[in-house]
Amino acid sequence: MADLRDIWVYLSASPLLHLTLTLVAFQAGAWLYKRGGLNPLLNPVMIAVVLIVAVLVLTATPYPAYFDGAQFVHFLLGPATVALAIPLYRQFEKVRRSALAILVSLLCGSATAAVSAVAIGWLLQGSNDALIAIAPKSVTAPVAMGITEQLGGLPSLTAVLVIVTGITGAMLGPHVLKLVGVKDWAAHGLAIGTASHGIGTARAMQVNETAGAFAGLAMGLNALATALLLPLIWRLVFGG
Amino acid sequence: MLGWLTVIFCCQLAGELAVTGLGLPVPGPVVGMALLFCGLLLRKGIPADLGKVGDALIGNLSLCFVPAGVGVMLHADLIGADWLPISVALLASTLLAVAVTGLLMQYLSRAKQAGKEGD
Repeated sequence: MADLRDIWVYLSASPLLHLTLTLVAFQAGAWLYKRGGLNPLLNPVMIAVVLIVAVLVLTATPYPAYFDGAQFVHFLLGPATVALAIPLYRQFEKVRRSALAILVSLLCGSATAAVSAVAIGWLLQGSNDALIAIAPKSVTAPVAMGITEQLGGLPSLTAVLVIVTGITGAMLGPHVLKLVGVKDWAAHGLAIGTASHGIGTARAMQVNETAGAFAGLAMGLNALATALLLPLIWRLVFGG
Repeated sequence: MLGWLTVIFCCQLAGELAVTGLGLPVPGPVVGMALLFCGLLLRKGIPADLGKVGDALIGNLSLCFVPAGVGVMLHADLIGADWLPISVALLASTLLAVAVTGLLMQYLSRAKQAGKEGD
């Protein structure tokens, strides 16, 4: 048995173990998601996170040790954010035609998402860390984490809230739109993309192509608008 | 392919440098995104291989969330203590943002169409 422990010690020290754990857990999540008919409740990110946390707790592995390996996956968030310029460019013609309508709707929706989240959290006496982390929750994760970092918050907490927000918007957003009488697919996509970034965009893409295109656009623009405006507004309001 | 991946990395690096050097209130990768977008505007098109690299990165975007998502184990106490404000704020603000954005966009597009028909 001593040999087995030697192997474990050796593997724990190498990035390979936790990198592989991340990939395997995500594959399991993706498989369940497909088996479940793409039910948003079976979100692959959520499943992967639950599986990995379970393994780490069972093996008494601290998060920093896990992150040493998983950081190679985490690193790709940066280049993926840069690459969002590509879908943005693909939709550029469509965007130019209704630029003003998009801009006004997006800015109002973006402000609603951030201001109402912080206001409700503040009214219910949420801690300062929670308020900073929840402010950019409708923005795609890499950007939201960057914003939280700049406001002096906890990026990893934001990442979790961003993912939960994405699932919430993708699941319940279509019902809300039906309830308030939004029938236009461009408006549908813009709303889902603004409120629930990539996870909402993936969902909108499955429902309607125009909705998907506008959701992807909204995700990119909201990232840009929130990253530019939120830190400024935050400093004005809280004087940080 | 590797060449375009290098271009994407260079955009991010330039973005990070700009943010650090100029003290911009934006994350570095967002500046990188803006730089790449300007590059595409100047080039007036997306090279096929760049499109492939970009789609591969964005197609696996959800995997990239996982390591940060596992960070929930670090904040279990904080979320546990603040579960009510966090969950209510998250749910209400997300659904409110969906409704506001959708209604405004539908109203403004219709207003524009009606204006055109009147011309």
